[in-house]
Amino acid sequence: MSLEIAFMQLFNGVSLFTILLLMALGLAIVFGLMGVINMAHGELMALGAYVTYLTALAFQAVAPGAMEIYLFVAIPMAFGVTFLFGYVLEKGFICWFYNRPLDTLLATWGLSLILQQAYRSIFGAQEVSVPLPTWLTGAWEPVDGIQLPLNRIFIIGLTIVVAVSVYLLLYRTRWGLRMRAVTQNRAMSAAVGIDTKKVDARTFALGSGLAGIAGAVFTMVGSTNPGTGQLYIVDSFIVVVFGGVQSLIGTVMSAFAIAQTQTSLEYLLSGSLAKATILLLVIVVLYFRPNGLFAVKQRS
Amino acid sequence: MLRIDKLDVRYGDSKVIQDVTFEVGTQECVALMGRNGMGKTTLLKAIIGMHPSHAGSVRLESVELANLPSYERVRQGLAFVPQGRMIFPLLTVEQNIQAGMENSGGGEIPQYVFDFFPVLHEMRLRKGGNLSGGQQQMLAIARALVSNPKVLILDEPTEGIQPSIIKELARTLNALRKERGFSILVSEQVLSFALEVADRVIVIDRGSFVHEERREQLDEEKVKAFLTV
Repeated sequence: MSLEIAFMQLFNGVSLFTILLLMALGLAIVFGLMGVINMAHGELMALGAYVTYLTALAFQAVAPGAMEIYLFVAIPMAFGVTFLFGYVLEKGFICWFYNRPLDTLLATWGLSLILQQAYRSIFGAQEVSVPLPTWLTGAWEPVDGIQLPLNRIFIIGLTIVVAVSVYLLLYRTRWGLRMRAVTQNRAMSAAVGIDTKKVDARTFALGSGLAGIAGAVFTMVGSTNPGTGQLYIVDSFIVVVFGGVQSLIGTVMSAFAIAQTQTSLEYLLSGSLAKATILLLVIVVLYFRPNGLFAVKQRS
Repeated sequence: MLRIDKLDVRYGDSKVIQDVTFEVGTQECVALMGRNGMGKTTLLKAIIGMHPSHAGSVRLESVELANLPSYERVRQGLAFVPQGRMIFPLLTVEQNIQAGMENSGGGEIPQYVFDFFPVLHEMRLRKGGNLSGGQQQMLAIARALVSNPKVLILDEPTEGIQPSIIKELARTLNALRKERGFSILVSEQVLSFALEVADRVIVIDRGSFVHEERREQLDEEKVKAFLTV
């Protein structure tokens, strides 16, 4: 393997890592921290993608000259809309299912079907795609033989910003402290004075908002259809469970390990065989470490 | 200060607490004694709001708390140290204490907490779940203290604690009550501990109060009879 190919493989791995991480971050909060098995998480990503699509349409209609910067409006819009949708969803739906994992699974699966049908009714069954700004098309060629797609570089940068923001929010703010306390023991959190209902709703909304950002990002690498969310949800759960529920570092490391292994295997095998091998590896690792790679340890 | 009036608590159709009425005065310490399963924990949980009450009143000063959620009761001046401590295992000692500072809006942990519990200062960056039982008990008390309670409620604080620490715990609670000026409602099975801290002892049996005496007049044998199986 030449140095150029090795470097491109590494870049592809990092690129896939950031996409997996963006997909999994929201779920790591909703499922990993809150324990809500949200089968509609993929549809929240799709919502973020459709908001980006609508924002692009609005820019094309109202301010076509500003299309170069529409992503800087679309991404916060995708976050904001899915955050609000998640907030309303928690208040009106999810809050009735805490500590009932099987009911949650069924209810959110039903919700995912409703959302898919809603997207189909509103946007049609066909795929929609958004135009990339010209500054995100093409590739950067640092040296001869190495071409790094600009949209992928943008996604890597955005993922770093999002991941660092989530870390700071969770571990450096009072809101994050409340969130972590409530996710560890809801009843006791209330008994030390924390308004748990408010924290639950905001935490779920944050996880949903992150799914919205992931959806916005996916419009840069593929088109969107009503079933798009289903493509993402399985990978998101694999990343979170493999890394260890309740461990955000585990989610990051898990996304990195899966992405690098998958891109390496794709170089050696076919794409589908690489995917199957990854699933097999995950099953084997979870057999020996059922709580995931980075399970949180504590005195019993 | 804290007045409980005709409180009924049920698990489904089964009555666990029946028609309980009592009061905890300003700066008074009341010990609630009884065997396992007699309703001590249920009563305390109903007072703090972790378990719904079926009927009756929980009044702190002039405020009715019975229909308020736990966090509102804490805001009004109750604080709870539960049985088994229930500290947040993945938060550090410092973060556990800060979690209890909702009333003051967060900020720096008051120095008096570390003056009373120096070991918590030494271990402030350690995860709560990695502390010993005694250290977790101190942490649970510290977490409750920082809400500046009017009434501190403790559920079997000596459970799983070694005897030398129990004596220390009694001394600390007495000193805290004197310095911070709050009232205490504590459920206990260890009579010697109750006698160290309480001004008044109430015995609960099958969900009802069956005996009540001031510490000075306490008939220890009579109380022991209720505590033995």
